[in-house]
Amino acid sequence: MRLEEALFDLVKRCVTSLPADVKEALVKASREEEGLARSQLEAILRNAEAAEEEGLPICQDTGLLSFYVNLDPSRHSPLELVEAAVKAVRRATSEVPLRPNVVHPLTRANTGDNVGAGHPLFEWAFNDRGLLEVTVAARGAGSENVAKLAMLPPSAGVEGLVDFVLSAVVEARGLPCPPGIVGVGVGGSADEALKLAKRALLRPVGARGLAELADLEAELLDKVNRLGIGPRGLGGRRTALAVNVERAYTHTACLPVAVAFSCWAVRRATFRWEA
Amino acid sequence: MRELKPPLSLRDVEELEAGEVVELTGRMIVARDRAHARLLELSRRGEPPPVELRGAVVFHGGPVALRRGGVWSVVSMGPTTSARFEELAVEVCRRLEVRALVGKGGLSPSWSKALREAGAVYLAYPGGAGVLAARSVVRVEGVHWLDLGVPEALWVLEVRKLSPLLVAVDLKGRDLYEEVAASARRALRELRAERSLKP
Repeated sequence: MRLEEALFDLVKRCVTSLPADVKEALVKASREEEGLARSQLEAILRNAEAAEEEGLPICQDTGLLSFYVNLDPSRHSPLELVEAAVKAVRRATSEVPLRPNVVHPLTRANTGDNVGAGHPLFEWAFNDRGLLEVTVAARGAGSENVAKLAMLPPSAGVEGLVDFVLSAVVEARGLPCPPGIVGVGVGGSADEALKLAKRALLRPVGARGLAELADLEAELLDKVNRLGIGPRGLGGRRTALAVNVERAYTHTACLPVAVAFSCWAVRRATFRWEA
Repeated sequence: MRELKPPLSLRDVEELEAGEVVELTGRMIVARDRAHARLLELSRRGEPPPVELRGAVVFHGGPVALRRGGVWSVVSMGPTTSARFEELAVEVCRRLEVRALVGKGGLSPSWSKALREAGAVYLAYPGGAGVLAARSVVRVEGVHWLDLGVPEALWVLEVRKLSPLLVAVDLKGRDLYEEVAASARRALRELRAERSLKP
Protein backbone atom coordinates (compact mmCIF):
# COMPACT_ATOMS: atom_id res chain seq x y z
CA MET A 1 0.00 0.00 0.00
CA ARG A 2 2.86 2.33 0.87
CA LEU A 3 4.52 1.39 -2.41
CA GLU A 4 1.32 1.95 -4.38
CA GLU A 5 0.91 5.37 -2.75
CA ALA A 6 4.50 6.31 -3.57
CA LEU A 7 4.06 5.19 -7.19
CA PHE A 8 0.78 7.11 -7.52
CA ASP A 9 2.50 10.27 -6.23
CA LEU A 10 5.36 9.63 -8.64
CA VAL A 11 3.07 9.32 -11.68
CA LYS A 12 1.20 12.44 -10.63
CA ARG A 13 4.42 14.44 -10.19
CA CYS A 14 5.68 13.11 -13.52
CA VAL A 15 2.74 14.37 -15.58
CA THR A 16 2.04 17.62 -13.71
CA SER A 17 5.46 19.21 -13.24
CA LEU A 18 8.53 19.77 -15.37
CA PRO A 19 11.87 18.55 -14.02
CA ALA A 20 14.05 21.46 -12.79
CA ASP A 21 16.75 20.89 -15.43
CA VAL A 22 14.19 21.09 -18.26
CA LYS A 23 12.50 24.18 -16.86
CA GLU A 24 15.85 25.91 -16.56
CA ALA A 25 16.84 24.93 -20.10
CA LEU A 26 13.53 26.22 -21.50
CA VAL A 27 13.89 29.55 -19.68
CA LYS A 28 17.40 29.88 -21.08
CA ALA A 29 16.17 28.96 -24.57
CA SER A 30 13.40 31.57 -24.42
CA ARG A 31 15.99 34.25 -23.62
CA GLU A 32 18.03 33.22 -26.67
CA GLU A 33 15.08 33.43 -29.04
CA GLU A 34 13.21 36.44 -30.33
CA GLY A 35 9.86 37.20 -31.93
CA LEU A 36 7.62 34.28 -32.66
CA ALA A 37 9.95 31.57 -31.32
CA ARG A 38 10.26 33.45 -28.04
CA SER A 39 6.54 33.95 -27.62
CA GLN A 40 5.98 30.22 -28.23
CA LEU A 41 8.44 29.29 -25.49
CA GLU A 42 6.87 31.81 -23.13
CA ALA A 43 3.44 30.24 -23.74
CA ILE A 44 4.93 26.82 -23.01
CA LEU A 45 6.43 28.05 -19.74
CA ARG A 46 3.17 29.74 -18.69
CA ASN A 47 1.39 26.49 -19.40
CA ALA A 48 3.85 24.52 -17.28
CA GLU A 49 3.43 26.95 -14.39
CA ALA A 50 -0.36 26.78 -14.59
CA ALA A 51 -0.26 22.98 -14.66
CA GLU A 52 1.96 22.82 -11.60
CA GLU A 53 -0.16 25.33 -9.68
CA GLU A 54 -3.35 23.43 -10.39
CA GLY A 55 -1.88 19.93 -10.20
CA LEU A 56 -3.06 19.20 -13.74
CA PRO A 57 -1.34 17.39 -16.61
CA ILE A 58 1.06 19.71 -18.45
CA CYS A 59 -0.03 18.16 -21.73
CA GLN A 60 -3.31 16.39 -22.47
CA ASP A 61 -1.32 13.55 -24.01
CA THR A 62 -0.19 11.93 -20.80
CA GLY A 63 1.43 9.32 -22.99
CA LEU A 64 2.42 5.76 -22.39
CA LEU A 65 4.03 5.17 -19.01
CA SER A 66 7.35 3.40 -18.57
CA PHE A 67 8.75 2.38 -15.19
CA TYR A 68 12.52 2.03 -14.85
CA VAL A 69 13.08 0.03 -11.70
CA ASN A 70 16.24 -0.72 -9.76
CA LEU A 71 15.44 -2.99 -6.82
CA ASP A 72 17.07 -5.27 -4.28
CA PRO A 73 15.26 -8.63 -4.62
CA SER A 74 15.93 -9.46 -0.96
CA ARG A 75 13.70 -6.49 0.02
CA HIS A 76 11.17 -6.06 -2.77
CA SER A 77 9.86 -8.51 -5.31
CA PRO A 78 9.41 -7.47 -8.94
CA LEU A 79 5.88 -8.91 -8.84
CA GLU A 80 4.96 -6.77 -5.84
CA LEU A 81 6.25 -3.74 -7.72
CA VAL A 82 4.34 -4.58 -10.91
CA GLU A 83 1.10 -5.01 -8.95
CA ALA A 84 1.57 -1.73 -7.10
CA ALA A 85 2.45 0.11 -10.32
CA VAL A 86 -0.60 -1.22 -12.17
CA LYS A 87 -2.86 -0.12 -9.29
CA ALA A 88 -1.15 3.28 -9.19
CA VAL A 89 -1.65 3.77 -12.94
CA ARG A 90 -5.35 2.86 -12.72
CA ARG A 91 -5.82 5.27 -9.83
CA ALA A 92 -3.86 8.04 -11.54
CA THR A 93 -5.99 7.61 -14.67
CA SER A 94 -9.16 8.43 -12.76
CA GLU A 95 -7.79 10.80 -10.12
CA VAL A 96 -5.06 13.01 -11.68
CA PRO A 97 -6.60 12.38 -14.29
CA LEU A 98 -4.54 10.84 -17.11
CA ARG A 99 -6.03 10.53 -20.54
CA PRO A 100 -6.88 6.88 -21.24
CA ASN A 101 -4.47 6.26 -24.11
CA VAL A 102 -3.99 2.52 -24.17
CA VAL A 103 -5.80 0.74 -27.00
CA HIS A 104 -5.62 -2.59 -28.82
CA PRO A 105 -3.30 -1.97 -31.80
CA LEU A 106 -5.76 -3.25 -34.43
CA THR A 107 -9.29 -3.05 -33.05
CA ARG A 108 -8.36 0.31 -31.39
CA ALA A 109 -10.59 -0.65 -28.43
CA ASN A 110 -9.57 1.51 -25.45
CA THR A 111 -9.01 -0.29 -22.13
CA GLY A 112 -10.04 2.91 -20.34
CA ASP A 113 -7.45 2.65 -17.56
CA ASN A 114 -4.06 2.88 -19.29
CA VAL A 115 -3.37 -0.78 -18.52
CA GLY A 116 -3.22 -3.42 -21.25
CA ALA A 117 -0.94 -6.14 -22.61
CA GLY A 118 2.54 -4.58 -22.44
CA HIS A 119 1.39 -1.49 -20.50
CA PRO A 120 2.65 0.00 -18.40
CA LEU A 121 6.13 -0.93 -19.51
CA PHE A 122 8.89 -2.04 -17.12
CA GLU A 123 12.65 -2.10 -17.38
CA TRP A 124 14.61 -3.77 -14.62
CA ALA A 125 17.94 -3.40 -12.89
CA PHE A 126 18.96 -5.10 -9.64
CA ASN A 127 21.14 -4.26 -6.67
CA ASP A 128 22.12 -5.83 -3.34
CA ARG A 129 22.28 -2.59 -1.32
CA GLY A 130 18.67 -2.45 -0.23
CA LEU A 131 18.01 0.37 -2.70
CA LEU A 132 14.69 0.87 -4.45
CA GLU A 133 14.79 3.47 -7.20
CA VAL A 134 11.92 4.00 -9.61
CA THR A 135 11.82 6.45 -12.48
CA VAL A 136 8.61 6.86 -14.39
CA ALA A 137 8.54 8.48 -17.83
CA ALA A 138 5.42 9.54 -19.72
CA ARG A 139 5.86 9.83 -23.47
CA GLY A 140 3.30 11.19 -25.87
CA ALA A 141 2.58 9.93 -29.36
CA GLY A 142 3.89 13.05 -31.11
CA SER A 143 7.39 12.06 -30.08
CA GLU A 144 6.85 8.30 -30.23
CA ASN A 145 5.67 8.38 -33.84
CA VAL A 146 8.90 9.91 -35.15
CA ALA A 147 11.35 7.49 -33.44
CA LYS A 148 13.73 5.90 -35.93
CA LEU A 149 16.04 2.89 -36.16
CA ALA A 150 18.76 2.26 -38.74
CA MET A 151 20.88 -0.84 -39.06
CA LEU A 152 23.83 0.95 -40.69
CA PRO A 153 26.74 -0.81 -42.33
CA PRO A 154 29.63 -0.66 -39.82
CA SER A 155 31.71 1.22 -42.41
CA ALA A 156 29.26 4.15 -42.14
CA GLY A 157 30.90 4.96 -38.78
CA VAL A 158 30.46 8.23 -36.92
CA GLU A 159 29.71 10.10 -40.14
CA GLY A 160 26.84 7.72 -40.82
CA LEU A 161 25.51 8.13 -37.29
CA VAL A 162 25.57 11.94 -37.46
CA ASP A 163 23.91 11.92 -40.85
CA PHE A 164 21.16 9.55 -39.69
CA VAL A 165 20.43 11.59 -36.56
CA LEU A 166 20.26 14.88 -38.47
CA SER A 167 18.04 13.34 -41.17
CA ALA A 168 15.71 11.98 -38.48
CA VAL A 169 15.45 15.45 -36.89
CA VAL A 170 14.70 17.07 -40.27
CA GLU A 171 12.09 14.46 -41.05
CA ALA A 172 10.50 14.85 -37.61
CA ARG A 173 10.38 18.67 -38.02
CA GLY A 174 7.82 20.18 -35.59
CA LEU A 175 6.01 16.92 -34.90
CA PRO A 176 7.78 15.92 -31.64
CA CYS A 177 7.07 19.42 -30.19
CA PRO A 178 10.62 20.80 -30.09
CA PRO A 179 12.71 21.96 -28.31
CA GLY A 180 13.12 18.82 -26.22
CA ILE A 181 15.74 16.13 -25.77
CA VAL A 182 17.00 13.99 -28.64
CA GLY A 183 18.05 10.54 -27.44
CA VAL A 184 20.47 8.47 -29.48
CA GLY A 185 21.21 4.79 -28.90
CA VAL A 186 24.18 3.28 -30.67
CA GLY A 187 25.20 -0.37 -30.63
CA GLY A 188 23.54 -3.39 -29.05
CA SER A 189 20.95 -5.22 -31.12
CA ALA A 190 18.09 -3.55 -32.99
CA ASP A 191 15.77 -3.57 -29.96
CA GLU A 192 18.57 -2.66 -27.56
CA ALA A 193 19.51 0.41 -29.63
CA LEU A 194 15.95 1.75 -29.30
CA LYS A 195 15.95 1.05 -25.57
CA LEU A 196 19.23 2.93 -25.22
CA ALA A 197 17.80 5.88 -27.15
CA LYS A 198 14.80 5.95 -24.78
CA ARG A 199 17.05 5.63 -21.75
CA ALA A 200 19.12 8.56 -23.05
CA LEU A 201 16.01 10.75 -22.67
CA LEU A 202 16.09 10.14 -18.91
CA ARG A 203 19.43 11.87 -18.45
CA PRO A 204 18.95 15.45 -17.21
CA VAL A 205 19.83 18.34 -19.53
CA GLY A 206 23.47 19.26 -18.92
CA ALA A 207 24.35 16.05 -17.06
CA ARG A 208 27.43 14.26 -18.35
CA GLY A 209 27.18 10.89 -20.03
CA LEU A 210 30.09 8.69 -21.08
CA ALA A 211 33.25 10.80 -21.43
CA GLU A 212 34.10 9.12 -24.74
CA LEU A 213 30.82 10.41 -26.22
CA ALA A 214 30.98 14.00 -24.93
CA ASP A 215 32.45 15.45 -28.15
CA LEU A 216 29.94 13.57 -30.28
CA GLU A 217 27.06 14.85 -28.14
CA ALA A 218 28.33 18.44 -28.42
CA GLU A 219 28.71 18.13 -32.19
CA LEU A 220 25.21 16.66 -32.58
CA LEU A 221 23.63 19.35 -30.41
CA ASP A 222 25.35 22.11 -32.38
CA LYS A 223 24.32 20.65 -35.73
CA VAL A 224 20.75 19.84 -34.70
CA ASN A 225 20.29 23.43 -33.59
CA ARG A 226 21.80 24.76 -36.80
CA LEU A 227 18.99 23.05 -38.72
CA GLY A 228 16.82 25.96 -37.56
CA ILE A 229 13.64 23.96 -37.04
CA GLY A 230 13.08 25.78 -33.76
CA PRO A 231 10.25 25.80 -31.20
CA ARG A 232 7.20 24.00 -32.63
CA GLY A 233 8.94 23.59 -36.00
CA LEU A 234 8.24 27.23 -36.84
CA GLY A 235 11.87 28.33 -36.96
CA GLY A 236 14.36 29.46 -34.33
CA ARG A 237 17.69 28.77 -32.69
CA ARG A 238 16.69 25.94 -30.37
CA THR A 239 15.55 22.64 -31.86
CA ALA A 240 16.99 20.54 -29.03
CA LEU A 241 17.80 21.32 -25.38
CA ALA A 242 20.22 18.38 -25.33
CA VAL A 243 21.34 15.46 -27.46
CA ASN A 244 22.14 12.50 -25.18
CA VAL A 245 23.91 9.45 -26.56
CA GLU A 246 24.04 6.03 -24.88
CA ARG A 247 25.97 3.09 -26.23
CA ALA A 248 26.33 -0.67 -25.87
CA TYR A 249 28.75 -3.02 -27.56
CA THR A 250 27.41 -4.66 -30.71
CA HIS A 251 28.01 -7.45 -33.23
CA THR A 252 31.09 -7.10 -35.44
CA ALA A 253 28.84 -6.88 -38.52
CA CYS A 254 26.29 -4.40 -37.03
CA LEU A 255 26.00 -0.69 -36.41
CA PRO A 256 22.52 -0.10 -34.98
CA VAL A 257 21.60 3.56 -34.44
CA ALA A 258 18.30 4.61 -32.94
CA VAL A 259 16.85 8.07 -32.40
CA ALA A 260 14.10 8.81 -29.89
CA PHE A 261 12.58 12.20 -29.20
CA SER A 262 11.16 13.89 -26.18
CA CYS A 263 8.91 16.90 -26.61
CA TRP A 264 9.64 20.08 -24.62
CA ALA A 265 7.33 18.66 -21.91
CA VAL A 266 9.94 16.14 -20.78
CA ARG A 267 8.03 14.16 -18.21
CA ARG A 268 10.04 12.00 -15.87
CA ALA A 269 10.16 11.66 -12.09
CA THR A 270 12.19 9.51 -9.73
CA PHE A 271 12.00 8.32 -6.14
CA ARG A 272 14.77 6.64 -4.21
CA TRP A 273 14.37 4.63 -1.05
CA GLU A 274 17.71 3.87 0.53
CA ALA A 275 18.04 0.98 2.97
CA MET B 1 -4.94 41.03 -32.14
CA ARG B 2 -7.65 39.90 -34.53
CA GLU B 3 -10.46 37.95 -32.88
CA LEU B 4 -12.13 35.13 -34.82
CA LYS B 5 -15.78 34.49 -34.03
CA PRO B 6 -17.24 31.44 -35.77
CA PRO B 7 -19.14 30.79 -37.93
CA LEU B 8 -16.49 32.19 -40.32
CA SER B 9 -17.09 33.12 -43.93
CA LEU B 10 -14.65 32.52 -46.76
CA ARG B 11 -14.02 36.26 -46.76
CA ASP B 12 -13.13 36.21 -43.03
CA VAL B 13 -10.38 33.67 -43.60
CA GLU B 14 -9.15 35.19 -46.88
CA GLU B 15 -8.01 38.20 -44.88
CA LEU B 16 -5.73 36.19 -42.60
CA GLU B 17 -2.00 36.26 -43.29
CA ALA B 18 0.66 33.69 -42.42
CA GLY B 19 2.64 34.84 -39.38
CA GLU B 20 -0.32 36.70 -37.86
CA VAL B 21 -1.40 35.73 -34.33
CA VAL B 22 -5.15 35.64 -33.66
CA GLU B 23 -7.51 34.59 -30.88
CA LEU B 24 -10.76 32.66 -30.97
CA THR B 25 -14.03 33.27 -29.15
CA GLY B 26 -17.19 31.23 -29.57
CA ARG B 27 -17.94 27.68 -30.63
CA MET B 28 -15.08 25.34 -31.36
CA ILE B 29 -15.29 21.69 -32.43
CA VAL B 30 -12.65 19.29 -31.07
CA ALA B 31 -12.03 16.09 -33.00
CA ARG B 32 -9.27 13.73 -34.03
CA ASP B 33 -8.75 10.64 -36.18
CA ARG B 34 -11.83 8.57 -35.48
CA ALA B 35 -14.37 11.38 -35.19
CA HIS B 36 -13.14 12.63 -38.58
CA ALA B 37 -13.63 9.20 -40.10
CA ARG B 38 -17.17 9.08 -38.73
CA LEU B 39 -18.01 12.60 -39.94
CA LEU B 40 -17.00 11.54 -43.45
CA GLU B 41 -19.01 8.30 -43.26
CA LEU B 42 -22.11 10.32 -42.39
CA SER B 43 -21.43 12.88 -45.09
CA ARG B 44 -20.96 10.19 -47.76
CA ARG B 45 -24.31 8.69 -46.76
CA GLY B 46 -25.85 12.13 -47.14
CA GLU B 47 -26.55 12.47 -43.41
CA PRO B 48 -25.85 15.67 -41.44
CA PRO B 49 -23.16 15.88 -38.76
CA PRO B 50 -24.37 15.97 -35.12
CA VAL B 51 -23.41 19.66 -34.96
CA GLU B 52 -23.30 22.32 -37.71
CA LEU B 53 -19.80 22.52 -39.21
CA ARG B 54 -20.31 25.16 -41.89
CA GLY B 55 -17.93 28.01 -41.07
CA ALA B 56 -16.64 26.11 -38.03
CA VAL B 57 -13.22 26.00 -36.45
CA VAL B 58 -12.06 22.42 -35.82
CA PHE B 59 -9.39 21.86 -33.17
CA HIS B 60 -7.38 18.70 -33.67
CA GLY B 61 -7.17 17.19 -30.23
CA GLY B 62 -8.51 14.88 -27.59
CA PRO B 63 -9.04 16.43 -24.17
CA VAL B 64 -8.51 15.11 -20.70
CA ALA B 65 -12.05 15.67 -19.44
CA LEU B 66 -13.93 14.96 -16.22
CA ARG B 67 -17.64 14.50 -15.65
CA ARG B 68 -18.89 15.59 -12.24
CA GLY B 69 -22.60 15.66 -11.46
CA GLY B 70 -23.39 15.12 -15.13
CA VAL B 71 -21.40 18.18 -16.22
CA TRP B 72 -18.26 17.81 -18.30
CA SER B 73 -15.21 19.98 -17.77
CA VAL B 74 -12.04 20.09 -19.80
CA VAL B 75 -8.92 19.64 -17.69
CA SER B 76 -6.22 19.71 -20.34
CA MET B 77 -6.51 20.11 -24.09
CA GLY B 78 -3.47 20.60 -26.29
CA PRO B 79 -3.46 20.11 -30.03
CA THR B 80 -2.55 16.79 -31.64
CA THR B 81 -0.51 16.07 -34.77
CA SER B 82 -2.70 17.05 -37.71
CA ALA B 83 -0.57 15.28 -40.32
CA ARG B 84 -1.62 11.90 -38.89
CA PHE B 85 -5.11 12.32 -40.39
CA GLU B 86 -4.50 15.14 -42.86
CA GLU B 87 -6.41 13.49 -45.67
CA LEU B 88 -9.51 13.15 -43.47
CA ALA B 89 -9.11 16.68 -42.08
CA VAL B 90 -9.00 18.27 -45.53
CA GLU B 91 -11.90 16.14 -46.78
CA VAL B 92 -13.98 17.31 -43.79
CA CYS B 93 -13.21 20.94 -44.71
CA ARG B 94 -14.12 20.33 -48.33
CA ARG B 95 -17.38 18.53 -47.67
CA LEU B 96 -18.61 20.40 -44.62
CA GLU B 97 -17.19 23.88 -45.29
CA VAL B 98 -15.07 24.10 -42.19
CA ARG B 99 -13.05 27.34 -42.43
CA ALA B 100 -10.16 26.86 -39.99
CA LEU B 101 -8.19 24.03 -38.46
CA VAL B 102 -6.25 24.33 -35.21
CA GLY B 103 -3.49 21.84 -34.60
CA LYS B 104 0.20 21.28 -34.32
CA GLY B 105 2.86 20.38 -36.83
CA GLY B 106 0.93 21.47 -39.92
CA LEU B 107 0.11 19.35 -42.95
CA SER B 108 2.38 17.96 -45.63
CA PRO B 109 2.79 20.39 -48.58
CA SER B 110 0.29 18.70 -50.91
CA TRP B 111 -2.39 18.64 -48.21
CA SER B 112 -1.71 22.28 -47.25
CA LYS B 113 -2.42 23.12 -50.86
CA ALA B 114 -5.61 21.05 -50.82
CA LEU B 115 -6.67 22.77 -47.59
CA ARG B 116 -6.19 26.16 -49.22
CA GLU B 117 -8.23 25.04 -52.21
CA ALA B 118 -10.98 23.96 -49.82
CA GLY B 119 -11.02 27.55 -48.50
CA ALA B 120 -9.68 26.84 -45.01
CA VAL B 121 -6.66 28.10 -43.07
CA TYR B 122 -4.41 26.28 -40.61
CA LEU B 123 -3.84 27.82 -37.20
CA ALA B 124 -0.96 26.52 -35.06
CA TYR B 125 -1.39 26.26 -31.31
CA PRO B 126 1.62 25.47 -29.05
CA GLY B 127 1.84 21.68 -28.82
CA GLY B 128 1.47 20.47 -25.26
CA ALA B 129 0.06 23.72 -23.88
CA GLY B 130 -2.96 21.78 -22.66
CA VAL B 131 -3.69 23.71 -19.49
CA LEU B 132 -3.57 27.11 -21.22
CA ALA B 133 -6.07 25.89 -23.80
CA ALA B 134 -8.30 24.34 -21.15
CA ARG B 135 -8.38 27.67 -19.27
CA SER B 136 -10.01 29.30 -22.26
CA VAL B 137 -12.86 26.77 -22.34
CA VAL B 138 -15.98 28.46 -20.96
CA ARG B 139 -18.13 25.35 -21.12
CA VAL B 140 -18.67 22.04 -22.81
CA GLU B 141 -21.73 22.51 -25.03
CA GLY B 142 -21.89 18.84 -25.86
CA VAL B 143 -20.04 15.67 -26.60
CA HIS B 144 -20.93 13.11 -29.27
CA TRP B 145 -19.70 9.59 -29.95
CA LEU B 146 -18.27 8.76 -26.53
CA ASP B 147 -18.33 5.14 -27.76
CA LEU B 148 -15.03 6.07 -29.48
CA GLY B 149 -13.48 6.85 -26.07
CA VAL B 150 -12.91 10.26 -24.44
CA PRO B 151 -9.94 11.30 -26.61
CA GLU B 152 -11.59 10.26 -29.89
CA ALA B 153 -15.08 11.63 -29.25
CA LEU B 154 -16.45 14.77 -30.94
CA TRP B 155 -16.47 17.67 -28.50
CA VAL B 156 -18.39 20.92 -28.92
CA LEU B 157 -16.92 23.67 -26.76
CA GLU B 158 -17.46 27.31 -26.11
CA VAL B 159 -14.11 29.09 -25.80
CA ARG B 160 -13.13 32.61 -24.90
CA LYS B 161 -9.98 34.26 -26.23
CA LEU B 162 -8.17 31.05 -27.09
CA SER B 163 -4.65 32.17 -28.06
CA PRO B 164 -1.92 32.32 -29.30
CA LEU B 165 -3.19 30.95 -32.61
CA LEU B 166 -0.61 31.47 -35.31
CA VAL B 167 -1.78 31.55 -38.92
CA ALA B 168 0.58 28.95 -40.43
CA VAL B 169 -1.18 28.22 -43.74
CA ASP B 170 -3.06 31.10 -45.32
CA LEU B 171 -5.16 31.30 -48.47
CA LYS B 172 -2.59 33.51 -50.19
CA GLY B 173 -0.10 30.67 -50.73
CA ARG B 174 2.14 30.71 -47.68
CA ASP B 175 2.88 27.71 -45.44
CA LEU B 176 5.20 28.58 -42.54
CA TYR B 177 5.92 24.93 -41.69
CA GLU B 178 7.04 24.17 -45.22
CA GLU B 179 9.18 27.34 -45.33
CA VAL B 180 11.03 26.19 -42.18
CA ALA B 181 11.26 22.56 -43.41
CA ALA B 182 12.75 23.69 -46.73
CA SER B 183 15.37 25.77 -44.96
CA ALA B 184 16.17 22.82 -42.63
CA ARG B 185 16.72 20.60 -45.68
CA ARG B 186 19.11 23.21 -47.12
CA ALA B 187 20.95 23.40 -43.77
CA LEU B 188 21.22 19.60 -43.72
CA ARG B 189 22.90 19.58 -47.14
CA GLU B 190 25.43 22.13 -45.89
CA LEU B 191 26.06 20.25 -42.63
CA ARG B 192 26.69 17.02 -44.58
CA ALA B 193 29.67 18.68 -46.16
CA GLU B 194 31.26 19.19 -42.70
CA ARG B 195 33.31 16.31 -41.33
CA SER B 196 32.50 14.71 -37.99
CA LEU B 197 34.95 14.33 -35.15
CA LYS B 198 35.99 10.79 -34.31
CA PRO B 199 35.20 9.72 -30.74
